[in-house]
Amino acid sequence: MTVADVVKKLDLKVFSGEKGLDRQVTGGYVSDLLSDVMGNADSGQIWITLQTHKNVMAIASLKDLAAVILVTDHKPEANTAEQSNEEGIPVLGTSLDTFEITGKLYDLING
Amino acid sequence: MDNQMHFEYNVEGGNFTRAGYASSQIKKILKQLNVDIAIIKRTVVATYEAEVNVVAHAYSGTIYVDIDTEAVKIRLVDEGPGIPDIDQAMEEGYSTASSQVREMGFGAGMGLPNMKKNADKLEISSEVDKGTTVEITMFLNEKG
Ligand SMILES: Nc1ncnc2c1ncn2[C@@H]1O[C@H](COP(=O)(O)OP(=O)(O)OP(=O)(O)O)[C@@H](O)[C@H]1O
Ligand SMILES: [Mg+2]
Repeated sequence: MTVADVVKKLDLKVFSGEKGLDRQVTGGYVSDLLSDVMGNADSGQIWITLQTHKNVMAIASLKDLAAVILVTDHKPEANTAEQSNEEGIPVLGTSLDTFEITGKLYDLING
Repeated sequence: MDNQMHFEYNVEGGNFTRAGYASSQIKKILKQLNVDIAIIKRTVVATYEAEVNVVAHAYSGTIYVDIDTEAVKIRLVDEGPGIPDIDQAMEEGYSTASSQVREMGFGAGMGLPNMKKNADKLEISSEVDKGTTVEITMFLNEKG
C-alpha cells in the first residue's frame, strides 16, 4: 500500500510532501511524545500525531517514516511543510480525532 | 573506509528549529559509507536524543564524530547546567524539561533510556554549572 492509497481510502488532506505519495506504508505509530516515536516507531510507518512543529519532520526523516497524519484539523507550521517538501515525506490531515483515524488506518492496513 | 574520518557540528541551546540537523548529517555520512542499516538506525536514535538534550537542557555544544573501520564515536560536549545525579536522569520518565518544551512533545524522560538501549557503549560525565559530555560508541563489526 502506498501513502496515496491511504490518502484516497481515508479521505485525507495533503498539506505537503506530494512527491512522497508513492512511499510504501508498512504500518502505523501513534504518539505525541517525540522520544517515544524516536525510540519505538519503525521505518515505513505512518505517524499519527497532533504535533505540528518542525521537529516532527526531523524525526519522520531520521526514522524514514512514510508520512505524518495530523489529527483534528491541525495544520503543519510553515517550516514543517517546507521540510516535508524537501524530504518528500507527506504531511496529511484529517478532521477526525486520534482514536477514529487510528482505527481506520488499522483496519486499512491489518483488516 | 581506509582512513579515519572526523566531523564537527555546533549545537545551539534553545534552537529547536535546528534540532536534529547534526544527526541527519551523520546519518547521511553513514549511509554513504554503506554502514549496515541496523547500525545506522540505532546510531540515529542515540545521536538525535543526545543532540536534542543539548538543545533542550544546555546552552551550547559541539558534536565530534570520529569514524574508523572499527567504530563510530560520537562525542557531545556541552556548556550548560550539568546533570547533578546521572543515575536519576537515566531513569525512564525523569525529566526537568520546561512546560514549554513539554508542550512540543519533548520531556517524556525517554531520551537517555533510548540512548542506553541503542548505543553499543554510552558514557556520560557531567559537572554541575559547567556542562555535560556524552560519548556514544557504535561498533561496526562484531561487538567489541
Ligand atoms: N545535556 C544535558 N544537560 C543538562 N541536563 C541534561 C542533559 N541531558 C539530560 N539532562 C537531564 O536529564 C533529564 C533526562 O533526560 P532525558 O533525555 O532522558 O529526558 P528529557 O530530555 O527530559 O525528555 P525526552 O528526552 O523524553 O524528550 C533531563 O530532563 C535533564 O534534567
Ligand atoms: Mg531528552
